[in-house]
Amino acid sequence: MSDVYVVGIDMIRFGRFPDRTVPGLAAEAALLALDDAGLSIRDMQALYCGNLGQANGMVGQRMLAEIGQTGIPVVNVANACATGATAFRDAWMSIKAGMYDTVLAVGVEQMGKGLLGGTGGGPSPEGLVGSYTMPAMFAQIGIEHARQYGTTFEQFAKVSVKNHHHSTLNPKSMYRKETPLEEVMGAEMIAYPNTKLMCSVNVDGSAAAVLMSEAKVRQMGLMDRAVRVRASEMSSNPFAERQMAMPDFSGATRLAAKMAYERAGIGPEDVNLVELHDCFATAELVHYENLGLCADGEAGRLIDDGVTALGGKVPVNVSGGLLSKGHPLGATGIANIYEVATHLRGTAGARQVEGAKIGLTHVVGGGPGMGTACAIHVLEKA
Amino acid sequence: MSEPLLPIIQPNDGKPYVAGSRCTQCGHVYVGPREVCAKCTARDAMEPVHLAETGKVWAWTVVHRSFPGVATPFVDVIVDLDDGAHIKGTLVDVDPQAVSADMPVRMVFREAVPAGADKPYLTYLFVPAQGAAA
Repeated sequence: MSDVYVVGIDMIRFGRFPDRTVPGLAAEAALLALDDAGLSIRDMQALYCGNLGQANGMVGQRMLAEIGQTGIPVVNVANACATGATAFRDAWMSIKAGMYDTVLAVGVEQMGKGLLGGTGGGPSPEGLVGSYTMPAMFAQIGIEHARQYGTTFEQFAKVSVKNHHHSTLNPKSMYRKETPLEEVMGAEMIAYPNTKLMCSVNVDGSAAAVLMSEAKVRQMGLMDRAVRVRASEMSSNPFAERQMAMPDFSGATRLAAKMAYERAGIGPEDVNLVELHDCFATAELVHYENLGLCADGEAGRLIDDGVTALGGKVPVNVSGGLLSKGHPLGATGIANIYEVATHLRGTAGARQVEGAKIGLTHVVGGGPGMGTACAIHVLEKA
Repeated sequence: MSEPLLPIIQPNDGKPYVAGSRCTQCGHVYVGPREVCAKCTARDAMEPVHLAETGKVWAWTVVHRSFPGVATPFVDVIVDLDDGAHIKGTLVDVDPQAVSADMPVRMVFREAVPAGADKPYLTYLFVPAQGAAA
C-alpha cells in the first residue's frame, strides 16, 4: 500500500482571541496550510475538522462557509485532547483506503482561562471526595512515579524550565519567557507537585494539514517539501488496575507507541525529536518511559542530563510544548505534527533540531470516569 | 441521616457503606455496581459487595487550587482498599506534610456541606488509621 504525505501544514500563533469565532480561527489555519502546499480549497476532496468545545456545532461546515463551499464531505471530530490528531488520522485513513488523493485536516479550539471543567449545578463531590481537577489527577500521576522511582519535585519542575526555554525560540508560542527553576518551583502551588508554571496554558488556536497520496504527490511534483507519515496509530485505555480511582494515560500511550514503532519499522532510538503531551510537567517525565525514550525509572535522569533539551540526543517539545506554546485542545494534535514537520523540512529556524530525519508526535487525553484517547504519529522527511 | 452525596454511598439504616462489586471470574473489585467485568470481560459474573473500610495510600496530592466555591487546601488520596478495590477520596484529620506512600487509612462516614449546596450530605472520608475518631 502506498504512503500518505503531508504536503502543506501550518498553525496560527496560539493566544487569546475572545473576539474571534471558532470557524474563523479554523479558516485561518486552513488557508495557511493550503498556501503552504500551494493548493486551493478547490483541490480538497474531503475535510476532517477537530474541535471539542463546539463538538455539536458543525464547525467544519461553518469553516467552509468562510473559505469556499465546494460541497466536499465534512466529518466533525471530537476525541478529548487527541481531537486534532484524530482528525489528521481520519484524513490519513481516507487516503490509505483509496477514497481520496487530497484531504484537509483542521484542529481548532477557543478556550476560557483557568481550570477545565467545574462543579456544575447542585452539590459537588469536589473537595469531599478528592479532586476532579486535571492538575490534581496529573499531580497524582507524578506522585505515583515518585513513589516508584524516587522522582523529585525539582526534576518535574525542570521539564517546565526546559519547555519554557524552548518556547523563547518559537514565534508561534503563546508565551516566550524564560522561567528559571526557582521561579517554577516558587510559583503558586496548584496541586503538589504541579505549580502554576507546570500546568499547560489554556489558549485559543488552530492548525491544519493537507494530506496527499503518494501518486498525487509525484504527479504534482510536491515531494520536495513533503513529509511522509510512517505511522499513524491510536489506542483507548486498556484496563488498568486503579482506573476507577485515577485515570490512566500510560497504558494507552504504551500501546499506541508499540504499534507505531512496529508500523514504522523503527525503535525509539531512531527518533530525532518528539512532541509529546506535556499537559502537566509531571506528565512529560512519565511519557519519556511510556514512549520508550528511556527505561522505566530513568525519566528523572533524562531531564537531569539534558537528553531531552534542544541540543540533546532526543529533544522533546522544542516548540515549547503545551506548557508554554499552549494547549488549545482540538488544535494541539495537528500543531504537534506541524512542529515535527517543520524540523524535518529544516525550516525551524533558531530551534531547528539539526539533521532531523524522523520525528514522533504524541497526544493523549481523557478525564475522570471517561477513559483515554491516544494518538501517535511517526513522520519522516520524504 | 442526610441524603448521600454520591449514589455509591448507601445509608443502610445508619450503618453506611460504599457499594462495590466483585467479579466472581477474575476477582477484581470495583467501586459501584456494574454488569460486566471491564478487566476480564465476563458477563453475569458480578456480585454486589460492601467495600472494605481500611486500606493504604497509593498516591496523593495536596490540592491548593480547585473550582470556585471549593475550600482548599485539601488532601486528595488514591487508596488501595484491603479488599482489592481502588478508590479516590479526601484524607482529613491529617497534616498534609505527613502523608506518605502506603500510609494506613480508614474510611469514615460524616455529614458535610458540599460546594454548590446549602445543606449537609452524607459522604465518606479517609482518616489516618491510628488515633482517629469516627
